[in-house]
Amino acid sequence: MKARVTVTLKNGVLDPQGKAIEGSLGSLGFEGVEGIRQGKVFDLELADRTDTQAKADIQAMCEQLLANTVIENYSIELI
Amino acid sequence: MKSAVILFPGSNRDCDMIKALAQISGQPVATVWHAETELPDADLYVLPGGFSYGDYLRSGAIAARSHIMPALKAAADQGRHVLGVCNGFQMLTEAGLLPGALMRNASLHFVCKEIMLETISTNSAFTSHMEKGKVWRCPVAHHDGNYFTDAETLKELESEGRVAFRYADGTNPNGSLNDIAGITSAKGNVLGMMPHPENLFEDLHGGLEGRALFESVMQSLAA
Repeated sequence: MKARVTVTLKNGVLDPQGKAIEGSLGSLGFEGVEGIRQGKVFDLELADRTDTQAKADIQAMCEQLLANTVIENYSIELI
Repeated sequence: MKSAVILFPGSNRDCDMIKALAQISGQPVATVWHAETELPDADLYVLPGGFSYGDYLRSGAIAARSHIMPALKAAADQGRHVLGVCNGFQMLTEAGLLPGALMRNASLHFVCKEIMLETISTNSAFTSHMEKGKVWRCPVAHHDGNYFTDAETLKELESEGRVAFRYADGTNPNGSLNDIAGITSAKGNVLGMMPHPENLFEDLHGGLEGRALFESVMQSLAA
């Protein structure tokens, strides 16, 4: 089974990389971009288990490694 | 003072740190590979600078979950002293031994230069024999040194005298909150700092300013 974890910066945490990307889009002529926050995506392949178990397992992975919960939020999607 | 340096794949300031510790303490320095699960007996354990695991995922994140870490946490819990410099500081925050996180420099540039540091708090073994308020020169070399934590933790760090060093004279190279360059744990036995005192301790380095930190911890632990 497959799952996707998306990790994003929490609100209020400065994202200089997002700012630089926003500036670069502006210089390419894209107008009206009012903010960009850079994040990370992890695609996981897991041995079969129930959806409930998979979510619990992935949540533990996020808490212990995939996200730094001081500065990041995460979301889990089974696909 | 007996000291031990923990080595990770991608550490690159380990030799500098070992040399500084050996020369200043006058004792041989033990080294520990990250895959070990037990630490040798020592008064001070050091996580050196570098780019452990290529900074994959987040700086220090993979190293902070390596096999030696439970032993290091146990040692810190028992009051042994732990110093993390640069990548070592990043590991300490990732491992939860110090609060907060070290984010990408606000300028987005890798900075490799000398900055000025102010010794803010002298209430830990690391700084108790240093001069409070003294501004001294120290090298930095990092891409992720932008210290961040939530407002409540920041208030705690400040009010509990846990900010050991601040960038001074407008030389904050990374945008860190309150110009924080180094912090200690609640008990004061864990110090993390971005600058490299181990790179300014002999004449060939062009200065001796970094010695004061090592001499302070040595004197404190000998007392």
